[in-house]
Amino acid sequence: VSKIELKVNGHSHTLDVEPSTPLLYILRNDLDLRGPRFGCGLGQCGACKVIINGTAVFSCITPVSSVKGEITTLEGLSSNGRLDPVQQAWIDEQAPQCGFCQNGQIMTAKALLDKNPHPTDAQIRESMNGTLCRCMSYFRVHSAIKRAIKTMAEASPAGGKEVVA
Amino acid sequence: MSWSDRIPKQIEEVLVQHYGVTHRRGFLKSAGLLAVSFSAFGSAAIREAAAQSGSAAQRPGPYHDPDFRQIDSWIVIHENNTATFYVGKTDPGQGTGTCFRQLMSDELDIAFDKTSCIMGSTDITVDQIGSGGSSAIERDSWPMRRVAAEARRVLLEMGSKHLGVPIDQLAVSDALITVKADASKRVTYGELIAGKKFNVTLTGNNINRVTGQAKTKSIPELKYTGQSLQRDDIPPKVDGSLKWAVDVKLPGMVHARNVKPPFACAKLTGVDESSVKTLPGFIKVVSKGNYVAVVCEREEQAIRAARQLKTTWEKPTTSPFPASENLFNYMRGATPTPGFRPVVLGNPDAAFSGAAKIIEAEYEIPFQGHTAFAGAHALADPSNGQMTVYTNDMKSYSMRRGIATFLDMPHDCVRVIWMMGPQGFGRSAAEDAAFEAAWIARQIGRPVRVQWMRDEETAWDTKSPAFLVKMRGALDRDGSLVAYDFHARSCDYNHIGYNEPDTVLIAQLMGSRRARAAAGSAAMPSDMYAIPNRKMVGEVVGLPTVWETPLRTGNLRDPNGPQPTFAAESFIDEMAAAAKADPLDFRMKMIKAGTNDDGGFRRARSIAVLKAAADTYGWDSRPSPRPTGKGKILTGRGIAYSFRGETVVAQIAEVEVNRETGHVWAKRLVCAHDCGLVVNPESLRHTIECGTLHGLSRAIHEEVRFDTEKVTSRDWFSHPTLRHADIPERIDIVLVNGDPNPNRPDLPPYGAGEASLKPMLAAIGNAVYDATGVRIRRVPFRDDRVLAALKAAGA
Repeated sequence: VSKIELKVNGHSHTLDVEPSTPLLYILRNDLDLRGPRFGCGLGQCGACKVIINGTAVFSCITPVSSVKGEITTLEGLSSNGRLDPVQQAWIDEQAPQCGFCQNGQIMTAKALLDKNPHPTDAQIRESMNGTLCRCMSYFRVHSAIKRAIKTMAEASPAGGKEVVA
Repeated sequence: MSWSDRIPKQIEEVLVQHYGVTHRRGFLKSAGLLAVSFSAFGSAAIREAAAQSGSAAQRPGPYHDPDFRQIDSWIVIHENNTATFYVGKTDPGQGTGTCFRQLMSDELDIAFDKTSCIMGSTDITVDQIGSGGSSAIERDSWPMRRVAAEARRVLLEMGSKHLGVPIDQLAVSDALITVKADASKRVTYGELIAGKKFNVTLTGNNINRVTGQAKTKSIPELKYTGQSLQRDDIPPKVDGSLKWAVDVKLPGMVHARNVKPPFACAKLTGVDESSVKTLPGFIKVVSKGNYVAVVCEREEQAIRAARQLKTTWEKPTTSPFPASENLFNYMRGATPTPGFRPVVLGNPDAAFSGAAKIIEAEYEIPFQGHTAFAGAHALADPSNGQMTVYTNDMKSYSMRRGIATFLDMPHDCVRVIWMMGPQGFGRSAAEDAAFEAAWIARQIGRPVRVQWMRDEETAWDTKSPAFLVKMRGALDRDGSLVAYDFHARSCDYNHIGYNEPDTVLIAQLMGSRRARAAAGSAAMPSDMYAIPNRKMVGEVVGLPTVWETPLRTGNLRDPNGPQPTFAAESFIDEMAAAAKADPLDFRMKMIKAGTNDDGGFRRARSIAVLKAAADTYGWDSRPSPRPTGKGKILTGRGIAYSFRGETVVAQIAEVEVNRETGHVWAKRLVCAHDCGLVVNPESLRHTIECGTLHGLSRAIHEEVRFDTEKVTSRDWFSHPTLRHADIPERIDIVLVNGDPNPNRPDLPPYGAGEASLKPMLAAIGNAVYDATGVRIRRVPFRDDRVLAALKAAGA
């Protein structure tokens, strides 16, 4: 058991915790976050995804001690009550059915678009492929990603040409 | 690279280093758990968390049933002139909650955005069963509409008194009653009734017939109905603010995890509590019969303890079932349960003996799992000598009855609070976790949260029955189908009902047995084909073992629809090919020739959806298969049609088959769909689209595998589902109104949650045949199966 410092959505936390604790249970049960959810505990479905250093990771198989960098959860995507363009695109396209997986869909898409604002269809399919949806909302998720690409490009000063590293 | 290879290596290293787990690559996926250890935060550190609503959590029982004959049970008008609707339905994610608001806002004459809808909690909403059977709009929206219309009538009466003007001189809009002659004279619904009750008793001897004096509006008078209003559940699902059933936390709450038998019908012979007693947070091992669970303070502690608990089990003396590769041989040889008689039309024997051509075929559909996106879960709170269960169970009312009986508690001491959860397509109507949580909660006197792990859920959830369908068809010299023999056999003898206290898994494991497991069923295909001589029979066979087995059947979305429809609609294609006819023309000819149905209602709509699908796709008339191409990728198109209740569906799939790998990709899908009155077109399109893709998933991926003692499908690799990479380039959803009288003002709505799944498997199979000339009579069309079939046929 050791003290672990976590920075989540801009807030710092110090926790007494066994270092191997999967991050998911800390986020859900100690920090009361609802975005990341348990789906498989195997890193197979994506329900638990959070963004760390620009990458969407499976929090269900990430030991809390291995986290280096700030964690962003679904709740942390919006700022000052304004939704991230990816979230807004999800609403505009009415992407979810039950919505239980959508945390994973949104976080994976967000990480993808931050790295590559203009992914090809093939890149979208590949990047999203480990994020499952049993309602089969995939087609709408693709539409939402395409909408987010468009709105982010329009909002960008370089007219979408700029690549964010 | 398989997906499992992407599990970061350092994560496994951490596990090895900390726990000395000598696992292989793949441990994570096979073991279904991270062996983890936690500091004991202890109960002092358990964070206080609100229940679904503070007042709900505090309110002690008894919990009486809301009286469906009172308007007050359905509608509350608030002082700020807004309304809350209380309905006995649950929305599994198809937007029905928003649709109820649209319909009720229209009848009540209140602005849609001034309303909200509360669903499915047994102590505050009337018992409309919950969800299931695609009944939300078709059946259950009617009492809601009638009650809202009656509330409007009563409010107008009150307004008349208040304003001193007869009702016929009043106008009402957006919950505001005005005097027609003088609009300055006005009163709002809120001013008339807020803080008071309607106290108006409705009539009708059951909830589906409940009504007041007011008539519902005709369709042209509906303002919100028919509009693509945005679903109200989506923003909180997207910004992370929604409180799901998995998010409820209560003071003093603990976590339990089940220890499942390692094989079917195993007898528990020993539990070594010392193997977990010293683990952090350990509270108790609870066990009765063959049911075992471990309770710990924290969730991860319970997961770890359940995996580490040493238990011993005795195997049954005989195998509970054949291995999955021998299932269909077993089903062929099994004796069906008695009581299934054939339905005969005309004289099939004579027609077969005079036929120009006879085709025979047999189709196989394996068990397919519900595989809900997350395992069964529930929180049960035993406070105040009551039992409150927080769950995403789609049928919360039967759960309440089931748990009360199971725990032998008075009915009104139990309530079930429904909250959103992962779509289970019928799995959550045969809920297990809530019964387990309630039983454990009573054992230990604290709120208990139970969640099934992935391997547990995939292996032990309810299964869609396997089907074996034998068919024979006779063509006359003109290529018409004159005789048809349909013989379905389903493996469906232990079909689990809705939250039954004696068949839910924990009850079985504790020894509960019914004299007769279940009748089961083997449905017939739904079609309008005019085939003069028919013999159709559906019969049921059971596996050697019925109880305490992971091969227990249940209602998976459109229960027993996709299986016989895959067989029947593929076989119709076989007949069309034998007649060298275009598969669409062949179907149309038989539908148009029909005379003996419901005044042509369903026939006209069948023709309309087939035509709409064909027009949208750009179907050119030719027989299947197309001449086989030379390249690596073969392309083909297939059509299939069916109906479910009064909802009619035609689907076209265009597929690419990779000759070298056997991979089938549905490049384009078209679904034409007629479900009568459409409440929310966009929401409906989305539901149809997802149902269509669910059908695709069942066509190309889904299959339960098992050896002779256990299910070996335990995760998303061994029971795969559709993924992003499988998604078609294009999907067209066409909403059709094929009513012979399309402008009638009383067009009713029909169900839409399930019908779009039904013909999809056959559409894919027919497209694969069109592309390759090879008929594959077994789903799923997995790469290896397709490749083997292509090779065997020399295609």
